Amino acid sequence: MLLIPCPWCGPRDESEFHYGGQAHVPYPQDPAALSDEDWARYLFFRDNPKGPFPERWTHAAGCRRWFNAVRDTSTNEILTVYRAGEERPVTVEPRPAHPARPAFEDEAVQAEGGPGGAAPSGVEGAESLVDGKGRGGGGGTTQPFRHPTRGRVNRDAPVTFTFDGTAYQGYQGDTLASALLANGVIAAATSIKLGRPRGIFSAGVEEPNAVIQIEEPFPEPMLPATTVELHDGLVATSLPGQGRLATRPDPARYDAVHAHCDLLIVGAGPAGLAAAAAAARTGARVILADDQPELGGSLLGTSELLDWVSELSDQLEAAPDIRVLRRTTVFGYYDDNHLLAVERRTNHLGEAAPAHVSRERVHRIRARRVVLATGAHERSLAFADNDRPGVMLAASARAYVNKYGVLPGRHAIVFTTNDSAYASALDLAAAGVGITAIVDTRPEPGEWAQRATAAGIEVLTGHAVTGTEGGARLTAVTVAPYGETSGQREFAADLLLVSGGWNPVAHLFSQAGGKLRHDETLGSFVPDGCRQAVEVAGGANGALDLAAVLAQGAAAGARAVEAEGCTPESPRLPNAPEQPRPTPPMHVYVVPGAPGAPRFVDLQRDVTVDDLARATGAGMRSVEHTKRYTTAGTANDQGKTSGVLASGVVSELLGVDISALGTTTFRPPYTPVSFATLAGRDRGALHDPIRTTALHGWHVAHGALFENVGQWKRPWYYPQPGEDMEAAVLRECAAAREGVAFMDASTLGKIDVQGPDAAVFLDRLYTNMMSTLKVGMIRYGVMCRLDGMVFDDGTVIRLAQDRFLVTTTTGNAAAVLDWMEEWLQTEWPELKVHCTSVTEQWATVALVGPKSRAVLGSLAPRLAVTHADFPFMAWRETTVAGIDARVCRISFSGELAYEINVSPWEALALWEALYEAGAPYGITPYGTETMHVLRAEKGYPIIGQDTDGTVTPHDLGMSWAVSKKKPDFIGKRSYARADTVRPDRKHLVGLLPEDPETFLPEGTHLVADSVLPAPPVPMLGHVTSSYRSAALGRTFALALIKGGRDRVGERLYAPVGDRLVPVTVASPVLYDPEGARRDG
Amino acid sequence: MADTALTAPLRSPLAHAADRLAAATRTSKGAVRLAELPFLTHIDLRLDGKGPAADAVGLALDMQLPLEPNTAVRAGDVTALWLGPDEWLLVAPSGRGRDLDSRIREAAGDEHVSVTDVSAQRTTLLVAGPRARDLLSHGCSLDLHPRAFGAGRCAQTTLGRTQIVLVARDEPRAGFWVLVRSSFAGYLADWLLDAAAEYV
Repeated sequence: MLLIPCPWCGPRDESEFHYGGQAHVPYPQDPAALSDEDWARYLFFRDNPKGPFPERWTHAAGCRRWFNAVRDTSTNEILTVYRAGEERPVTVEPRPAHPARPAFEDEAVQAEGGPGGAAPSGVEGAESLVDGKGRGGGGGTTQPFRHPTRGRVNRDAPVTFTFDGTAYQGYQGDTLASALLANGVIAAATSIKLGRPRGIFSAGVEEPNAVIQIEEPFPEPMLPATTVELHDGLVATSLPGQGRLATRPDPARYDAVHAHCDLLIVGAGPAGLAAAAAAARTGARVILADDQPELGGSLLGTSELLDWVSELSDQLEAAPDIRVLRRTTVFGYYDDNHLLAVERRTNHLGEAAPAHVSRERVHRIRARRVVLATGAHERSLAFADNDRPGVMLAASARAYVNKYGVLPGRHAIVFTTNDSAYASALDLAAAGVGITAIVDTRPEPGEWAQRATAAGIEVLTGHAVTGTEGGARLTAVTVAPYGETSGQREFAADLLLVSGGWNPVAHLFSQAGGKLRHDETLGSFVPDGCRQAVEVAGGANGALDLAAVLAQGAAAGARAVEAEGCTPESPRLPNAPEQPRPTPPMHVYVVPGAPGAPRFVDLQRDVTVDDLARATGAGMRSVEHTKRYTTAGTANDQGKTSGVLASGVVSELLGVDISALGTTTFRPPYTPVSFATLAGRDRGALHDPIRTTALHGWHVAHGALFENVGQWKRPWYYPQPGEDMEAAVLRECAAAREGVAFMDASTLGKIDVQGPDAAVFLDRLYTNMMSTLKVGMIRYGVMCRLDGMVFDDGTVIRLAQDRFLVTTTTGNAAAVLDWMEEWLQTEWPELKVHCTSVTEQWATVALVGPKSRAVLGSLAPRLAVTHADFPFMAWRETTVAGIDARVCRISFSGELAYEINVSPWEALALWEALYEAGAPYGITPYGTETMHVLRAEKGYPIIGQDTDGTVTPHDLGMSWAVSKKKPDFIGKRSYARADTVRPDRKHLVGLLPEDPETFLPEGTHLVADSVLPAPPVPMLGHVTSSYRSAALGRTFALALIKGGRDRVGERLYAPVGDRLVPVTVASPVLYDPEGARRDG
Repeated sequence: MADTALTAPLRSPLAHAADRLAAATRTSKGAVRLAELPFLTHIDLRLDGKGPAADAVGLALDMQLPLEPNTAVRAGDVTALWLGPDEWLLVAPSGRGRDLDSRIREAAGDEHVSVTDVSAQRTTLLVAGPRARDLLSHGCSLDLHPRAFGAGRCAQTTLGRTQIVLVARDEPRAGFWVLVRSSFAGYLADWLLDAAAEYV
């Protein structure tokens, strides 16, 4: 959603504006002097440059001013705006891209890390849980893999849930995945194409395997078990790839809220919390959003700095001007720092969720500045049989131990290319998981390896995993020196922890238009520059050292609030635990292994290294192409663990550097969002506004069926008991032709046009002459676009010398007012005219039929109603039923008729008085269908039904409405174009089926011959309106037919189904062609 | 018959929703107050804000018409809302249309001034109470924080899927006026009641 700066009202959402095409294309001084070609050039040709482009816009939902904007068509950035009539500013520079994280010296100093700090978790004091059988341990009999003390789950709140038909116990604070692991269940799905068993692979949104279906409390498909908060009564099943939508309506509420802030911080891990600490209490309005139930991010998984997290969480909660949004995923980053986030508000409550609270809420956040502290996802490795249940990302296993107090297995092998898996191994060992060996592809042991060795763990440097064994769960891992097939060793293991390095979560940054660059040290893609006001801090920026992460976060938060004019805090940052000296990671993607064994890249799509090799073998050289060829990265995890791995594999296959290959494009949403959530409350009756007139309640009470006309509900017809539509419409038509009938015509658009130049203005807008209209009289008018095609029609009432009331068709009221304002503001600013919508200021009742004069006369004692006193196309002010009214003698049916305009506050009283006074004459309410029949019998076209933007007034047979006296009006020049004077233009004519009972469906084509020739069949035109007529005693239609007026009397054929229906072309005026009925 | 009609009460666009609005106000225990303020006089005034007519009309209305976009000025019982650089909406108690019309036209003399009674074009909803801003922010994309949209601010914008004129009344407790086209009023009342579900 762009934020467009209205030159008057300031920045507003783009949805408040309408686009008006290229600016500075002035209306020619003398259109008549232009050649057809030059006129066509003015009408149809516009520039289409890449880059800055001056455009007209109108603030349609605001001040209604037209203005000009220079927009860069390649970035959508609005470079400048200026008022109509002003010169285009000369220099307009696009926003420069600025780095994702400016380098500052003070951060480097802080990033050195403090001395001492908490002791690193090590193997000393490790409590062993293993009893050798994989059962028992500290969790009791129901949760055999639960650690007795670790984790943040609430052990006082046990929870019962069901998975695949078996009841289990977990704790409040578990995810479905952690609770399953606690019960020894790791296999949670089978794969979509190959049907291979798959296990829980991660502990977060990146999960590719454990995608499940929730059955109770309400069916919801395709949710990663790692993101489902456990609650009592949860029933879920594993999925073979695809889920099922519910077949019953979702009873939950969903809503949205707009939010504004100076600073949005995405992610409440160490970087995000440090940023919030720097920005809190500075006067800046801050939103901190995090997808977890509690703040802390990765610190909850590593169990570091938890005291600081807890203390700061309390402070932020109490701070003014800062909003902490938990369970909130920012999933989309759009133009002008507009971000969408989804807050899961009651999902975790299960059946206990209160019905009046929305289940999920979309936050539409407009942020002055954004700090992305979204962390990093661990990357997997493509080794043989790397998909067995029990293969898990190393840091995720650590999170299960520390955050949930769950042991993901008993005997683990660790396979890594970098340091980070060592900390996981040590934490797991301390919790009692047997770490049989750490397999490191790097040839030299570093300080981390020494620490592991000291803890009694075997470290195999220069080795790799070459294969795995197992069925429903991993049983063994084969290891060999890296790149070799000899020297294999096999280890028994039920858990294989994998770390192929880290991918910064750059999704939102990339969605914002930010560019990524390949970081050699990290071996992944990191944020580079962006034109939006965004910074990236911490793991999302490629920083892995905790001290550096904290410093980056604090600096980014401080810079953001400072840029917004606030004085940042110097927050107290905790000292990060001292760590061993790092050893550089090794960049490995494909691991050589047993021939024939699949090496999976995208687990969710079952895409292997061999599949990617087929893609490159077929000639693909771009990851965008290999993605589409293999579907790698297209599943609902969107390749969070596999994307960079796939790029790495393809780069190896092609023998090119991964930095040259890049990644595929990141698009919203970051994680799946349900349609119900996106719809919010815009569903059911609130899906689209329903516009009603002041008489709506009466229509409902009298059994009207309604037709949608734009957003209006108009009575369609009023069936009496036992009547179908045909019978009701024939009855309503007969009443209007023979007695008296009335209709609610309040929906017609009405515009008050005032000013000394009002008459001149209307002369330019309408094809007919309006300046000669006398005060007290009314004229029908046609309005065309510049190309001469009919745009709208209606009546023009002259209220005073300098004041007119213009009516428009129901659907076009806003468009006509916009059109008027565009001409007044951009082309004719010298005209002294003001236009004001008064559509709802008046309620209008059409009173129709030979008895209408008697009914009106009985209610308007002061009105002389005879034809001589009150002629056709005149209006009078009077009282009708004691109500102030403006009565117009207009007819849209050919009958004697009046339109009575009153205040809508009194419309019901008027309507009921007419109903009562008309009762002796059998007054009948009628709807739009009868209105259409009555007008069609007279050949009056309906704009938008009988016209489609390609029809001139002449085509409609309304040359009489096109002035020949006026020097110019909108559309005039186009009537001299060769195209508009072709003899074979389509004319509006009447059609009479030879069988008076045959009904022609609207849209039916017309052909010349009784036998269809071989295709292509020459088409002569089509039916635009078709009805049964009570007055004519037969069916009839209106049609647009080539050279139609020259074909009157000719027989044509209409293909209806497999029949060719013979029809006769007629004049469009089929009823009362002499007009004898108009004056009663 | 004319006589009976004369005494027929006026019927406002949200007369049918009055009970539901009152019930929501009651059950929210004051968190939100929702009510239609029917039949207020609304006058659309068009003139050149920089020309002599602005001063003359201002004098007649005993106020300086607001020239700063999106602000409102009150004088006595008349409030002038800025709608555009040459357009204001005057809001006054019921039945003041003719009086205002003639006062303005008289003051304007031969200047190019347009006056249109649009009292029935829109109806006015009162949205007040401590949760009023929260309620409106469900469907209004403007920043409604008191620092950004405090007393005396007004704006033409959208709420839900309909256009409105939003007015922050000049005392905080007075809440907001939401002026909505009469044909959309039923939709907007339904929308507000649905959005208020969490507060009632």
